[in-house]
Amino acid sequence: MAVSDLYSEIILEHYKEPHNVGELDCPEVFAKGYNESCGDDIKIYAQIKDGKVEEIKFKGKGCAISQSSASMMTDIMYGKTIDEAKEFIKQFKMKITGEEDFPSDSDEWFELSALKGVIKFPVRVKCASLSWHTLLQGIKEFENKNEQKR
Amino acid sequence: MFDPIKIREDFPILKRLIKNNPLVYLDSAATTQKPLHVIEAIEKYYRNNNANVHRGAYTLSEEATSLYEEARLKTAGFINSEMTESIIFTRNATEGINLVANSWGRANLKEGDEVLLTQMEHHSNLIPWQLITKEKGAKLKFIPLTPDGKLDLTNIHKLLNEKTKFVSVVHISNSLGTINPVEEIITLAHRLNIPVLLDASQSVPHRPVDVQSLDCDFLVFSGHKMLGPTGIGVLYGKYNLLDNMPPFMGGGEMINEVQLEWSDFRNLPWKYEAGTPHIAGAIGLGVAIDYLKNIGFENIQQHDKELVSYAMEVLTNLDGIEIYGPKDTRGSLVAFNLKGVHPHDVSTILDEDGIAIRAGHHCTQPIMRWLDVAATVRASFYLYNTKSDIDKLATGLKKVKEIFKRGS
Repeated sequence: MAVSDLYSEIILEHYKEPHNVGELDCPEVFAKGYNESCGDDIKIYAQIKDGKVEEIKFKGKGCAISQSSASMMTDIMYGKTIDEAKEFIKQFKMKITGEEDFPSDSDEWFELSALKGVIKFPVRVKCASLSWHTLLQGIKEFENKNEQKR
Repeated sequence: MFDPIKIREDFPILKRLIKNNPLVYLDSAATTQKPLHVIEAIEKYYRNNNANVHRGAYTLSEEATSLYEEARLKTAGFINSEMTESIIFTRNATEGINLVANSWGRANLKEGDEVLLTQMEHHSNLIPWQLITKEKGAKLKFIPLTPDGKLDLTNIHKLLNEKTKFVSVVHISNSLGTINPVEEIITLAHRLNIPVLLDASQSVPHRPVDVQSLDCDFLVFSGHKMLGPTGIGVLYGKYNLLDNMPPFMGGGEMINEVQLEWSDFRNLPWKYEAGTPHIAGAIGLGVAIDYLKNIGFENIQQHDKELVSYAMEVLTNLDGIEIYGPKDTRGSLVAFNLKGVHPHDVSTILDEDGIAIRAGHHCTQPIMRWLDVAATVRASFYLYNTKSDIDKLATGLKKVKEIFKRGS
């Protein structure tokens, strides 16, 4: 695989014009992620309504892989229930580490499969996963808070 | 005559292909490659002389001890230390700084005291001082930077005052390439009887460093950044200072007499070398010193100067590049960013052509914050690099730009 395939049009488009960039006031889900090897950081904000992701934003500094992955992730998460979001993150982690293939016949995975080149660049898997790990951390904290309220 | 092409023959790794391309190694500020002389010396030691030092009354142990202490003697000569006892073998420069911060700092710092550092310190010359000043209720002060990344000594007289108890300064910055006026800082500090530590990790491999002429009180460096193996470093200290400090680590080798309740410690330098040392590492470092001396620092400095000025010329001519640090004299490295491209992406794309550069914060996050960037690309050079390596870097950077032009 050539390096230019890693930086596909889809990835570069999301990097140059990322979707869902910004902050949310009083988000129900919030987490900060940090890649200690390069100093990149990310903040993820989400509003949950009726158990579903109503709005999701991110803000941070990072490489093309991490920024485009965050952009695509936030697109995908709109409208998902907490359990669906957690399951999707789990699926993504398995695919980005090469444990499972990216599905070729799924609309939902079509854009994300642009990241499959990362599997051949192990040091960059962390970059692609940062936003996903961070969202999962935010969801877990959200669930813990709700658990305590009960 | 100095000939980098001939020198390259001494470095087996430079013959390696990375992704079917010849390796272009531009990360010597992180660690240098090793000449065959060093690799073979380590192998020879393990094949022929391996035994513990200072312990056995048998031939192998005597040989190992003699080789280990010979390396110390070479190291003392290398930095012109008056006494061999002033050379403490550590794991690396970081351990040397931690030794001073923990030993000297714990014994001498108290609440209200100040330790003066610079804003351009590597984490290794920042965090040990953060820890010890916090523990002792002392404060850290920092010499600020000028816009072009040099030390701003305008208010040095305010920063260095009767509260200052210690000064610890990097000689050459690993992130900006700045060569600091350490002689001036040492002179000013000594007027107030303040000891000064120099982090010489980036200077010792590239220029002659004379601890007597600098009159620094402590100096640290790492073997692996000057052709030696990893896991061996050096702390130099003035004899009286080292002699009066308490041990940093306790254990075997560093003692005279041990009772169950108390112990009596050995003299310098062994007082600070608890446990079995990195014998092969010290021997390898000694051989690296021989190698560098044989090449000659005049030649190395001249070569560095040519490479850096060529790199500055070539890189400045690329569109959309921002170069950090002083524009005039600098150490043997250039830090930069390509507009709109993250350094990690630059690194991944260059790696496809076998070009190894560093991308990241270089363990100097305060400098990245000062530059207002998350990270930088850094190309650093040494005696085995050629202008052709820099040309390949420039071609690689053009490729990065081409790739990132897409998707617009």
